[in-house]
Amino acid sequence: MAAFLFSRLLQSAALLVIVSIIGFTVLNLMPGGPLSQYALDPGMTQADIARISEQLGLNRPLYVQYLDWAWGLLSGDWGTSFRDGSPVIQVIARHVPATLLLMGSSTVIAVAVGTWIGIRGATHRYSGFDYVATVGAMIALSIPTFWFGLIGIYVFSLRLDWLPAGNMYTIGDGSVLNYLHHLIMPSVVLALVHIAIWSRFMRGATLDAISQDFVKTARAKGLSERRVVMKHVVGNALLPMITLAGVQVPSLLTGALVTETVFTWPGMGRLFLDSLGYSDYPVVMGLLMFSALLTIVANLVADITVALVDPRIRLA
Amino acid sequence: MASTDIDTTPLPRWWHSRVVQRFFGHRLALLGLVMITLLTLACGIGPYLLPYDSLHIDLLARFAPPLTGGHYLGTDPLGRDVAARLLMAGRISLLVGFFAMLLATVLGTLIGVVAGYGGRTVNAVLMRLVDGFLSFPTIFLLLALAVALKPSPIMITVIIALTGWMEVARIVEAEVRSLKEREFVLAGRMLGLGRAHIMFREILPNCMGPIIVAATLTVARAILLEAYISFLGFGIQPPLPSWGNMLNGAQQYLGSAPWLAVVPGAAITVAVTSFNFIGDGLRDALDVRNDSF
Repeated sequence: MAAFLFSRLLQSAALLVIVSIIGFTVLNLMPGGPLSQYALDPGMTQADIARISEQLGLNRPLYVQYLDWAWGLLSGDWGTSFRDGSPVIQVIARHVPATLLLMGSSTVIAVAVGTWIGIRGATHRYSGFDYVATVGAMIALSIPTFWFGLIGIYVFSLRLDWLPAGNMYTIGDGSVLNYLHHLIMPSVVLALVHIAIWSRFMRGATLDAISQDFVKTARAKGLSERRVVMKHVVGNALLPMITLAGVQVPSLLTGALVTETVFTWPGMGRLFLDSLGYSDYPVVMGLLMFSALLTIVANLVADITVALVDPRIRLA
Repeated sequence: MASTDIDTTPLPRWWHSRVVQRFFGHRLALLGLVMITLLTLACGIGPYLLPYDSLHIDLLARFAPPLTGGHYLGTDPLGRDVAARLLMAGRISLLVGFFAMLLATVLGTLIGVVAGYGGRTVNAVLMRLVDGFLSFPTIFLLLALAVALKPSPIMITVIIALTGWMEVARIVEAEVRSLKEREFVLAGRMLGLGRAHIMFREILPNCMGPIIVAATLTVARAILLEAYISFLGFGIQPPLPSWGNMLNGAQQYLGSAPWLAVVPGAAITVAVTSFNFIGDGLRDALDVRNDSF
């Protein structure tokens, strides 16, 4: 186990280095590079910019600058926001909970609905339900998330007036119920694509498990079909589900950005977009690196969890 | 051996091949192909047949609902014909999707072949690069790049390709790695063929099935991504219309002019669904292992 942990941590560290190199490249592609802050300031002369770049050490070799920047990332110095001058890491931290709430609730919906559709599709293979679920999943993967959101707002907010069209809560009403009311539509919209992914995955995993010998044994023992499916089949599909949950993080973040924009949800995605609009590059870079970090950590946690739960991996 | 026995049965025509037969037996794939053909034709010649030009501004006919005054799909806040704009936008969106796919596929194939055939170090470096790119949520990377590199249609195509080559690279790498110890490759090596020749002339043609499937699905992805960043205002810039940027201002008129949101979104969904259906059909027809979807 220790050896597995060590090698897995090493892999994540290596990935972190690569991700930071990609991030540093993007940073240097930004208009004005790290000095973009001043590029838009009319009071700055060319001489000022040259002086600042001397002061900040931007005339040093690129690899020295990279090491410096990467060290900043590691030690928590992510720069300051152009907009309000507060540290980037604090700005991001303020917006993380809203996004995690949205991602979490939509993952719960996606796993619950997707798993049910997948298992039913596999146990009733080639039935009408299975066919509709298969085609439906392919269409769900093709619908732009923001468009689905707009249609949702049109139907449920403007026509039926059942659900709020945006924001996280009504000002002056901080009750849990009010939050939930605002959470329903964004999380369902974000969940759609992931319901499709989970249901396809679950269908495959269930079909794989159904053809295994231990399922035949369970049936031969005279267990009810329901028990066979719930205990033996689903139980064995649970492990890869943990891995899939980790893999889904980047796509959840992509969906969250779009969903937050449509529903004016005050999370990381909206912050990213607003910061782009204000050319607040330190926050943009911070969020870019933070989202990659979140992905790497999620995958690491998923892999370690699987290893803890699955004895086969511990032995390997 | 009877030397007079010459096989005189004609070579099978391409449309008799098993792959083609199986593809056309796949109803959804066929539907996708028909829809994409119709959509492409409509975008190609449609604008010439419509009564209004896509750039014609008519402030007296703002927000005309569909099917009024010769505006089949209504007009937008500037009184421009939505149908004409939809078809012109389709040209941009489909072209961006197609060329982004082409670029991503070439890039992914190159990296995949080199990583798969190369030694341990080359493989490790290139595949970790793939993992690195996959660690970023696509839209974050795409938007950062779109801001960094001024968005022209060509630049948008390039950056969509830059964030979409990894799937192809992974598929090709796995395929090449499984092929590189096969007899025909060893034979090629024994004949003294160069590395490049073995990689691209001997191995690559054997990976075409999975590449074609991945490429088809990449078109779908690229169209979606263009729509995402253009909707958010960082993709194709007006007055050039794209399906994504037509939706950009649609939210504020959702109550009064819902067709502005419904129409372009439906076009995106139809196009993307069609490419996904075609990809699925090709996967069945070409016997590609079902792994990603």
